Amino acid sequence: MSFNLEFEFNSKEAKQWSKLGPRAMYGQFMLKMAEECESLMVLSADLGRSSGLDRFKAKYPDKYLSVGISEQNLIGIASGLAREGHKVFISSFAPFLSMRSSEQIRMNLGYMELPVNIVALGSGVSMAFLGNSHFGLEDLAVMRTIPNINISSPADCGELGKVLNDYCYNSRGPSYIRLTGAPGSPIVYENDYKYKFGIPYEINKGKNILILATGSIVGQAKIALEKLQEFGVNPSLYNIHTLRNKCEYILNLIKKYKIIVTVEEHSIIGGLASIVSEVIAQNNCRAKLFPIALPNSFGPTGEYRYLLDHHGLTGDKIFTAIKKIL
Amino acid sequence: MRQDVFKTIKLAERMRRTILQMSFDCGQPSHLGGALSIVDILAVLYGGISNFDITGRKNRFILSKGHGVLGLLSVLHHVGKISKEKILTFQKNGSEFIAHPIANHALGIESSNGSLGQGLSYGIGIALSYLKRKNEGQVFVLMGDGECYEGSVWEASITATETKLENMTVIIDCNGYQNDGAIGDKMNARDMSKKWRGFGWHVIECDGHDHQRLYLALNHKHKNKPTAIIAKTTKGKGIKFMEDNNDWHHNRLTEKLFHEAMNEL
Repeated sequence: MSFNLEFEFNSKEAKQWSKLGPRAMYGQFMLKMAEECESLMVLSADLGRSSGLDRFKAKYPDKYLSVGISEQNLIGIASGLAREGHKVFISSFAPFLSMRSSEQIRMNLGYMELPVNIVALGSGVSMAFLGNSHFGLEDLAVMRTIPNINISSPADCGELGKVLNDYCYNSRGPSYIRLTGAPGSPIVYENDYKYKFGIPYEINKGKNILILATGSIVGQAKIALEKLQEFGVNPSLYNIHTLRNKCEYILNLIKKYKIIVTVEEHSIIGGLASIVSEVIAQNNCRAKLFPIALPNSFGPTGEYRYLLDHHGLTGDKIFTAIKKIL
Repeated sequence: MRQDVFKTIKLAERMRRTILQMSFDCGQPSHLGGALSIVDILAVLYGGISNFDITGRKNRFILSKGHGVLGLLSVLHHVGKISKEKILTFQKNGSEFIAHPIANHALGIESSNGSLGQGLSYGIGIALSYLKRKNEGQVFVLMGDGECYEGSVWEASITATETKLENMTVIIDCNGYQNDGAIGDKMNARDMSKKWRGFGWHVIECDGHDHQRLYLALNHKHKNKPTAIIAKTTKGKGIKFMEDNNDWHHNRLTEKLFHEAMNEL
């Protein structure tokens, strides 16, 4: 990987990172960033190891702090450091940050706009056997209602690098970076590509049907797309990596389609399906929306792959679902 | 030293007048009791310890008990940070000066508060940065005794000792009351001291209206330990009919009561 204003990678790295998974990618990225950024501070609440930060801790003890199992405290301390001009990244599991300390996030990142970068580990159902207490089912819904916070949901490890790099070098204010997927999740970007904050990435330009996906599930949507193409249907597919409250880019996209499918590893309430519904309803669009998402209930526990299948979020299941609505 | 005390006592007097004026002027209920209990602490901090310039490398102050905002606004006015005209917009429609501080670095308001139990963690972040950058200066965080029921206070108190934050001073305004009445019997000033000591802080017990003692306590810095000043105060201090009368936690001054209060000062 090479740094500066652009973060670039090659196909070998993309493969390597996919094997490591998003958490290890985060740790590796911070390790590299520490060389570049004097003011960097990386904080955790006793989940440094789960954040891939073991090497970082050993190599840069002055730039690392674990505050113990105290997520509310974590947000406050990170905010004080950000106030003093440090570049701050913090990580913990998605619900512990987005829900347990949501009011601290609201006061410090939202109200005071302190530029803390939150890295939410293991969102969606990727925590597998750890169960619903650890799943990130509602984090987008909660974070989306707090003003002033950028929300990113990268599709694979290469994109995670792009997202982290973008928040490092551009003053975008506070951010919530949602990590889904696991080691071995599909690669969406096999080679370097042009990432633009806020602007949906066109994976395939087809017609009639528009598929919008976010997070690592974009990889599954891409598998579904290939199957649909074999079947003789050519829908459009976009990666919605940035979920902001102003969704003019989404409006521009959906205006041209009559059938829209959203695919996300998040509750059907408050995430991508809600964003798109709001855009459709508020702009008199004629499109019909078919959301594929997690239900608003606490589901079963099992291997990640099993859970994705159970919730209809594998490439095969997405393909079947879209075929049905044709 | 005597000179300092004389100066800060005068400052506290002027602050109390300004608080009453702001409160009466807005015609709304406001948090008088808990603002009057912290006046002497703020007067000694800003008048005696001073050197508050939040551009960095200086002392910093965070009002974690955000409802003490009348105290903060009045002291910032008397040290020349906020004009009289501005503070008299207090609790008027559209004003930036409301029942809880809204961060305004140019005016010396460090952070937005109002949700209790959050100021200490924020202050720790600043204090840690000071230590890393070898900045001189102490970070002061003022909290209420009722505020210490918040769990996040104790999360933060652990980090402050684990990181040996000797540049951190917490002041607990132990006025003995919270919104609904007296503080619980395990949260009085004596128990409060035990709790902070138990969490590993250097604890100083002090009369929160005695300027000389406050000056000594606020100047104290303990090697390798953060300092907690347990300040025993009187809610509504200075106005007889408000003292230890929790009706004045949040209440409106009539014209008659306003004059009665002003005549006492």
